[in-house]
Amino acid sequence: MAGLKIENVTKTFGDYDALSNVSLDVANGEFIAVLGPSGCGKTTLLRLVAGFEQVNKGTITVGGKVMSDPKMNVPPEQRRVGIVFQNYALWPHMSVSENVGYSLKVAKVDKAEREQRIRQALELVDLQGYGDRRPANLSGGQRQRVALARCLVSTPSLVLFDEPLANLDVHLRASMEDEFASFHKRTGTTIIYITHDQAEAMALADRIAVMDKGHLVQFATPRELYEQPATPMVASFIAQGMVLPAKVLTAEVNGQCKVDILGQEAIFRCRTGQAVTGDAKVCIRSADIVPAENDGIEVRVKRSVYRGGGSRIEAVAADETQELHFDLADPKRLAEGETTHIAITSGWVIPEANV
Amino acid sequence: MTIYGEKRQGADTVLIAGVAIIVAMLSIVPMLRLAFEIIMPQGNLSAAPLRTALSGSATWTATLHSLQVGIGGTLLAVILGTAVALLVSLTNVRGRSTFVLLYVVPLLIAPQVTALAWLQLFGPASPFLKLIGMAPALGSKNPLYSTTGIITLLGVQYGPLVFLMVRAGLRKLPRELVEAALSSGASRLTVLRTIILPLMTPSIIGATALAFVSCVGNFGIPAFLGIPAGYLVLPTLIYQRLAGGGPAVLSEVAVLSMLIGLIAMAGILAQDYTSRRRDYRIASTSLPASPFELGRWRPLAEVAMWLLIIIVLVLPIVGLFLTSLVAAYGVPLSMKTVTLANYAFVLFDHAAAKRAFFNSFGLSIAAAAFAVFVAVPLGYLITWRKRWWTRFLNLSAELPYALPGVVLAIASLLLFLKPLPIIGLQIYNTIWIILYAYLARFLVLALRPTISGLQQIDRSLEEAAQVAGAGLIRRMRTIIFPLVAPATLAGGVLIFMTAFSELTVSALLWASGSETIGVVIFSFEQGGDSNYAAAISTLTIVVIFALMLLTNLFARSLPNGVLPWRD
Ligand SMILES: Nc1ncnc2c1ncn2[C@@H]1O[C@H](COP(=O)(O)OP(=O)(O)OP(=O)(O)O)[C@@H](O)[C@H]1O
Ligand SMILES: [Mg+2]
Repeated sequence: MAGLKIENVTKTFGDYDALSNVSLDVANGEFIAVLGPSGCGKTTLLRLVAGFEQVNKGTITVGGKVMSDPKMNVPPEQRRVGIVFQNYALWPHMSVSENVGYSLKVAKVDKAEREQRIRQALELVDLQGYGDRRPANLSGGQRQRVALARCLVSTPSLVLFDEPLANLDVHLRASMEDEFASFHKRTGTTIIYITHDQAEAMALADRIAVMDKGHLVQFATPRELYEQPATPMVASFIAQGMVLPAKVLTAEVNGQCKVDILGQEAIFRCRTGQAVTGDAKVCIRSADIVPAENDGIEVRVKRSVYRGGGSRIEAVAADETQELHFDLADPKRLAEGETTHIAITSGWVIPEANV
Repeated sequence: MTIYGEKRQGADTVLIAGVAIIVAMLSIVPMLRLAFEIIMPQGNLSAAPLRTALSGSATWTATLHSLQVGIGGTLLAVILGTAVALLVSLTNVRGRSTFVLLYVVPLLIAPQVTALAWLQLFGPASPFLKLIGMAPALGSKNPLYSTTGIITLLGVQYGPLVFLMVRAGLRKLPRELVEAALSSGASRLTVLRTIILPLMTPSIIGATALAFVSCVGNFGIPAFLGIPAGYLVLPTLIYQRLAGGGPAVLSEVAVLSMLIGLIAMAGILAQDYTSRRRDYRIASTSLPASPFELGRWRPLAEVAMWLLIIIVLVLPIVGLFLTSLVAAYGVPLSMKTVTLANYAFVLFDHAAAKRAFFNSFGLSIAAAAFAVFVAVPLGYLITWRKRWWTRFLNLSAELPYALPGVVLAIASLLLFLKPLPIIGLQIYNTIWIILYAYLARFLVLALRPTISGLQQIDRSLEEAAQVAGAGLIRRMRTIIFPLVAPATLAGGVLIFMTAFSELTVSALLWASGSETIGVVIFSFEQGGDSNYAAAISTLTIVVIFALMLLTNLFARSLPNGVLPWRD
């Protein structure tokens, strides 16, 4: 087991900054998800940790040992880092057992022990009896599990996953998610898990690193990301948060302040030391919106989607620019084009509104 | 329990240095020697040979002819080879494996044997034409002694080369790519035009370059078809000059060889340039696409296929075989005149011919084995360890093959004319100088398929082994070699077959005792003994065919695609 420390890492390809000044401190045994839109540098970060690419600036430390800095790069074969590749990268000329046992053979583990550990690893991913098959004769989910077993068998100190579930169907995804979680619980291995599916990240990770355009935007627990997004990008990326302009009317007291939003006053949560400003951005979740009497904010319904037990309402405020969405429990209904009134009960004042 | 990764132990350095030294010895050193000769002929700074060579009108006529037959032959080969590859790989024609086996044969038959076979088929003395009563009058001109004749035979010879490369590419085409296009509403022809052909461009471009280089550098076909008509291309011009003037004219022919070297290099650089701008790595290990139904066109396509086989393979071989059965030139074949005396003579009575079989066999085995073992690490460095100098390594390995055999032969002559320094070993006029030239020349035949194989393999397969702790040597042995072995071994088998009846290089390097099969055929034909030449040629065809069938027996234990002629 080992912690991972990434300090001020910058990686450029030509004159393009794939990563700028990224720092991450991962504790031993933590499950970290790296989340971000396509092209934000997630794979690049992972390849740097594995040692396939060299950093331009900064250092990467695994288990207290410096692995990468601009002058030095410990080769991947000596890092004891396991990877599950997005396309699995199973060797087509080897059977499942040979794939799984490869690193043991490299480490000159004797045959009896090797076979036992291969069996255990295959059992762990529920593939007993598949040892003699070739990867070509497996389904996508089975290949994924072979890749996982291959990575686990050598008990690496750090396991990297690059969108391991991207190619799988929804049901398989859910069961593989469970498998990853229980694997993590059982082994306590440090895991860096790349994904662009935020539900997956929320479900699995102790902490999530959100990246955007090569920058690390926020690194926090799933709950903190949801409740206290640091930037508008995080707010809208996580759980479809609504980002609206607002005025902060009073300074922070006990983590709260009074805001003016869409002409109404409300008490919002905010960061310690939040000052009064006329130019703030707030994050609102659909659960923060409730139907109100005529004194609420007037909105016009654009779309109503039945969701089982209630409807999701997409609406637009009177100024026709601010889009909102919220849930309406049965038996209430709203038709398209109807006007109605809502109240915003709570929200979060985004601290770095202008980033 | 702990697992440590293998230490590098300088494996990288050893690998890079070892490969670089081998490539340098086989390519840079002889080429530098040649360049030195052009700048300082016989060790003195002088422009005289340069002027002599470049001012002669024969030089420029031959250059023009080389371009003429090179471009013509390449076009024919690319059109034929690509069309056949598409037909065989993408449609539901029947008899595919037999067809592939037979279609590839012309490539494995030495050019001079092809030339001889066609000459025997169409010439006035043709026992075949005599049999069917269509022989022209004795003494009339053979229609193949012409530019068209040379272009046709080059196209026939190298069409299968293009076919193999395009077919190898098509095999790797994952069916999802085709099916995705079909399901987006594209017709078969649209899929062919917009998906398959674009994805195949690297294969087709590579094949075109290879065919061009082969056509321009071919010696056997223009030697047999052009020399009698007074139509010289650069290789035959060089051969004639050297045969007439001996070592004294080495400086002058060195200049001529530089000229054809430049033409060939232009082809390679064009290929390198275009293929670097297209990187279509196909990562998936999917099944091949299901064949397109030809419907009522199928019988027509099949007839065309087999007609092609009859024209390019069956008839010439029949012509050759019949010639080998008659006692002398022009004698018609009948139950009375048929004889096996030619075979008995070349197998049992003629000492040089007997030796030639032995020599050629040893040379081909050695060259093939050497190339397979060097090609994998070399290809690995070139494709997966790209640095500024790896491209240079690639070009260096290409050089001895890109340059026509005549050029390499001259460079070897210059290099080994004097005994080797320090050890004082004299390999000039021995079989070792031929072996040296073969190693240099044929390495690239195993390297090219290795490189294209590696380019189509996702590098994460190696990276996965790397994170598993495997050092470079082990990755080479357990991951990289097995993955590219099909491609590389296919190259090795091709090398054996090419070297077995090779003529171009050995024609200039042989001495009494180190004759090769190619040399013996050439000597017989030049001396007017077409019947003996035909007998040996028939034997080489039998050997090659037997080898193909024999390897087919073992093919079950080999991964798909190892043997080019096997489906
Ligand atoms: N070897 C390379 N050379 C040049 N640019 C590169 C290279 N590798 C990555 N990039 C660029 O760096 C950026 C980040 O790429 P990366 O693969 O890390 O994205 P990602 O976050 O993994 O995206 P995705 O979710 O689509 O996998 C991209 O713009 C990509 O084009
Ligand atoms: Mg990625």
